[in-house]
Amino acid sequence: MLTNNMVLGGIVIPWELMQQSFWPILIEGIKVTIPLTLISFFIGMIIALITALVRISKIKPLKWIFNIYVSAIRGTPLLVQLFIIFYLLPELNVTLDPYPTAIIAFSLNVGAYASEIIRASILSVPKGQWEAGYTIGMSYRKTLFRVILPQALRVSVPPLSNSFIGLVKETSLASQILVTELFRKSQQIGATNLDQIVYIYILAAFIYWIICFILSLAQHQLERRLDRYTVR
Amino acid sequence: MFAVKGLKKTFGNNTVLKSIDMQVDKGKVIAILGPSGSGKTTLLRCLNALEIPDEGIVGFEDHQVDFSQKVKQQSLIQLRRKSGMVFQSYNLFPHRTVLENIMEGPVQVQKRDKKTVREEAIELLDKVGLKDKKDLYPYQLSGGQQQRVGIARALAIKPELMLFDEPTSALDPELIGEVLRVMRDLADEGWTMVVVTHEIKFAQEIADEVIFIDGGVIVEQGAPAEVLSNPKEERTQRFLHRILNPTD
Repeated sequence: MLTNNMVLGGIVIPWELMQQSFWPILIEGIKVTIPLTLISFFIGMIIALITALVRISKIKPLKWIFNIYVSAIRGTPLLVQLFIIFYLLPELNVTLDPYPTAIIAFSLNVGAYASEIIRASILSVPKGQWEAGYTIGMSYRKTLFRVILPQALRVSVPPLSNSFIGLVKETSLASQILVTELFRKSQQIGATNLDQIVYIYILAAFIYWIICFILSLAQHQLERRLDRYTVR
Repeated sequence: MFAVKGLKKTFGNNTVLKSIDMQVDKGKVIAILGPSGSGKTTLLRCLNALEIPDEGIVGFEDHQVDFSQKVKQQSLIQLRRKSGMVFQSYNLFPHRTVLENIMEGPVQVQKRDKKTVREEAIELLDKVGLKDKKDLYPYQLSGGQQQRVGIARALAIKPELMLFDEPTSALDPELIGEVLRVMRDLADEGWTMVVVTHEIKFAQEIADEVIFIDGGVIVEQGAPAEVLSNPKEERTQRFLHRILNPTD
């Protein structure tokens, strides 16, 4: 047994166990964690854009509803939101697997946070850009979509990437409503190797880190591509 | 051709324009002068409803907007489409090339044929002396060049009236000339123009009429030879003296 372990300053690292566990955990990451993140983020972005547009508009009652939505999501823990949705759906006679339930919760959560980012980016575009759009005859809508949003989205890429990378890690909470994703898989493996459980968790952390590292490289590339019309 | 009647505008408790009447005849160049805070920029911005007046009628012979009543958004858009505006800070679209900036209005708003618009846009760039810059982004241009693109963009929608809001105020002194030359060319071509400016010499040479505004009212108006060389009103005299002798 000792030959397969690495001894480092008196600490015995179960090398073989970590090697054996690496693929099963990574596969759950690729099969579950990454799609869960992508789908939730995609839906979340749609929610965020709609929310941001309503909140900068003058449509009063609708505005209040979205204000309450953002305030409630920002004011409560994601874990609590996840549990509420998990237990609320059956009450409403909706039967849904844990996986889509998690998507609903994460989409609503990221939608609220990202809407604030998008709203702030829209407001950061100088007023003169709206006026320039109006003076060439554009309507509010046209100015928004042709002039303001392209500039706002450029500004919002770094903070939105931050939300995205944050979401990768937050999906670990889905383990609490029985979605077997990266972290729950680690827990399962750990449960049969209780003596070495800390090393399984270190392995899980390492895999999250790799995923996020690759994503931050992608973010960097995207920012460089979008930089073509600004001063370098 | 274009007229303003009984225009009033307040910001909160501050009455910026008290009751302005003015008329712009076709092919004429009107220069609006006045001290800072006099309301001259607000007046110009009311002409294309970038500021919504509280009262008054603004418009062309075939399209007038009465601001004393509730105004429909569509009516404002209609008003704006008949005039082009050049801003003090250029306000070019930073995410579009020079050519795209100019084509945006005709293609996206007027839905005109892209190929024709492109040819016209290149002609306009030639007119303002920037044909070789068509594929650059605004940040790659100097202030004077950006402002000339701004003028070309405004011209591209074929407006009946061109509005200029202190077009040279943000420019380095050595770049002012290139913008004023383009504006003089436009005046020579017969464009109808309203220009808010501090360039007294430009007003003297190019304008058909000068309006001096202070405290939200028109203090004096008339031919540049009268208003600028022989002002009757004391306020006009003081303003011109300050501008021409800044260190006194």
